[in-house]
Amino acid sequence: MLFLVFISSGLFLGWSLGANDAANIFGSAVGSKMISFKRAAWIASIFVVLGAVLQGKGGAETLNALGTVNTLPGAFTVSLCSALVVFAMTKRSLPVSTSQAIVGAIVGWSFFSGNPPDYNVLGKIVTTWVSGPVLGMLFAAGLFMLLRNFLKRTKIHVIKLDTYIRISLVLTGAFGAYSLGANNIANVMGVFIHSAPALSIDLGFYKISGSQLLFLIGGLAISTGIFTYSQKVMAKVGNGILSLTPEAALVVVLSQALVLFLFSSQRFAELLIFLGIPPLPLVPVSSTQLVIGALIGIGLIKGYREIRISALAGVAAGWVVTPVVSALLTFFSLFIVQNVFGLQVSTSLQDHSGLLPASKASKDIIISTPALWFMFILIGIALITLFYKLQNRKLKTINTQLKNQIDDFTQAKKHGN
Amino acid sequence: MFSFKQANKSIQLIEDFLNTLDQSCIIFREGVKNYLHKNQGNFRDNLQTISKLENKADQLKKQIEDILYTHSLMPQLRGDILRLIENLDGILNQSKESLFQFDVEVPYIPEELHNDLIQLTDISMSAVESVIPSARSYFRDPGSVKDKLHRVYLYESEADKLADSIKRKVFQQMPHIEKLSQKFHLRYFTLHIEAISDSAEKVADMLSIMAIKRTL
Repeated sequence: MLFLVFISSGLFLGWSLGANDAANIFGSAVGSKMISFKRAAWIASIFVVLGAVLQGKGGAETLNALGTVNTLPGAFTVSLCSALVVFAMTKRSLPVSTSQAIVGAIVGWSFFSGNPPDYNVLGKIVTTWVSGPVLGMLFAAGLFMLLRNFLKRTKIHVIKLDTYIRISLVLTGAFGAYSLGANNIANVMGVFIHSAPALSIDLGFYKISGSQLLFLIGGLAISTGIFTYSQKVMAKVGNGILSLTPEAALVVVLSQALVLFLFSSQRFAELLIFLGIPPLPLVPVSSTQLVIGALIGIGLIKGYREIRISALAGVAAGWVVTPVVSALLTFFSLFIVQNVFGLQVSTSLQDHSGLLPASKASKDIIISTPALWFMFILIGIALITLFYKLQNRKLKTINTQLKNQIDDFTQAKKHGN
Repeated sequence: MFSFKQANKSIQLIEDFLNTLDQSCIIFREGVKNYLHKNQGNFRDNLQTISKLENKADQLKKQIEDILYTHSLMPQLRGDILRLIENLDGILNQSKESLFQFDVEVPYIPEELHNDLIQLTDISMSAVESVIPSARSYFRDPGSVKDKLHRVYLYESEADKLADSIKRKVFQQMPHIEKLSQKFHLRYFTLHIEAISDSAEKVADMLSIMAIKRTL
């Protein structure tokens, strides 16, 4: 129970991430009414959770390698301070990255606890703050050119193109949500990894570890943020900075998703190592900054006049202001938590490898039979819903045919008179 | 949500609508000629045909509106597309009205103006006929819309010039038309035919902005 109280700050951070960052993925589509909010929220939620559980480990390991926040009160404070910085900066409409806030907070914790951060890892992380948006820009520029040339050559009718774009927006949105979950779950739950419960749940077909359970809870917090608050943000984004043509919106979402994926995929990193290429570090990157990078990429192709220098200045300012403010706030908050509330915010570290605490004695919970039943019930519900929908559609078609017949009859009568 | 069937249906409806407009141009041209050459039977037939075409266009327009709204197709562009269809339908209505006015008011048109009026009708209809391929291009290749619109502007300015010359002829070089009311009547019909090319120009302006909006 105490564990749940302490991770509440992480859940708050997850909620705000869902509320704000889902708009980077589905904002254009929902704002321009290409997809309904409800549909977008469901797709985003399901894939965020999947990404977090299946692929969230890499980024969390990197954050732990930067500084292993090894007590629950410490992790609570670190997470709360970064959440407060994100909240305060968002309130003032300043560009802010959750990733930079959490990195700043971990550095603040490291200095307070006397466990200096791993500067090598810090260097890698800071490099991604620049390389992430630059990669987003390059992807967007390339994809935009490809799409533009493809559309010029194929000359697809605009109405058919609209259908293709809708399908693509849903698919890239799902991929984007998956990548967001995989990449950004480290921001939400990364600092609690050391305190993750030492148990695993066996579903029969898949085994969920303690850290994955933590990511699942974080993913659900992000989903709550998407359902409860992102509609407003999506409407604002769709009609504001991201009021692009649907084709350009598709490019922005896809570039963003690709970069998020590359910075969180262990398999891709292994592939690069296999090919003898230095791998990309598995680091949480800011989706908002990726969007800005992608917009600049499109701007470069369309002409320099499209680029807003103020947006670039905002991103650059965010690189400095967010981590510094977050580190200072965390440092002073830890002082208060330790000296006023008397809670232990750190212990001295022996092992600083950054690996997740897998060696803890683990308790296995086997729920393969209930999981199987659950699956059967789910399939049953899906089939009934499908049947109901098909019946509804059939009735609708019959009604339309009848209406058309009546219209034709009325017209014929009119002409006859 | 992803209905290719509805998309194909709406594409077909738009194509039918543009074909109907194209056919109405031919009928209007024929109608004016038949009126001037006093081929009453053919003129009546032209009136009936243009009336049917106008009816068909109205129905197609309604179906296009229905399908775009009920199936939420093109949420960003449908306002523009429906406005385009509405304006093109306006041209067809205008043509039909003009032809019916010939039938209702039976204007006296002196022989020496016949060629001028036939030419004015030709130019006005050419302006409309040039808008149609531009409208088709908007749907498939917005980049090429501008390349096709220059013809509309040329025809419109030619129609203006010719209409002006007809009006001058009527008021300054035709003393045998003594009644001012008759001169006014001739000016009125010249204006009607010329106004069709003005409407085509209005649609051309609209298309040019729409194409810019669609260009990536």
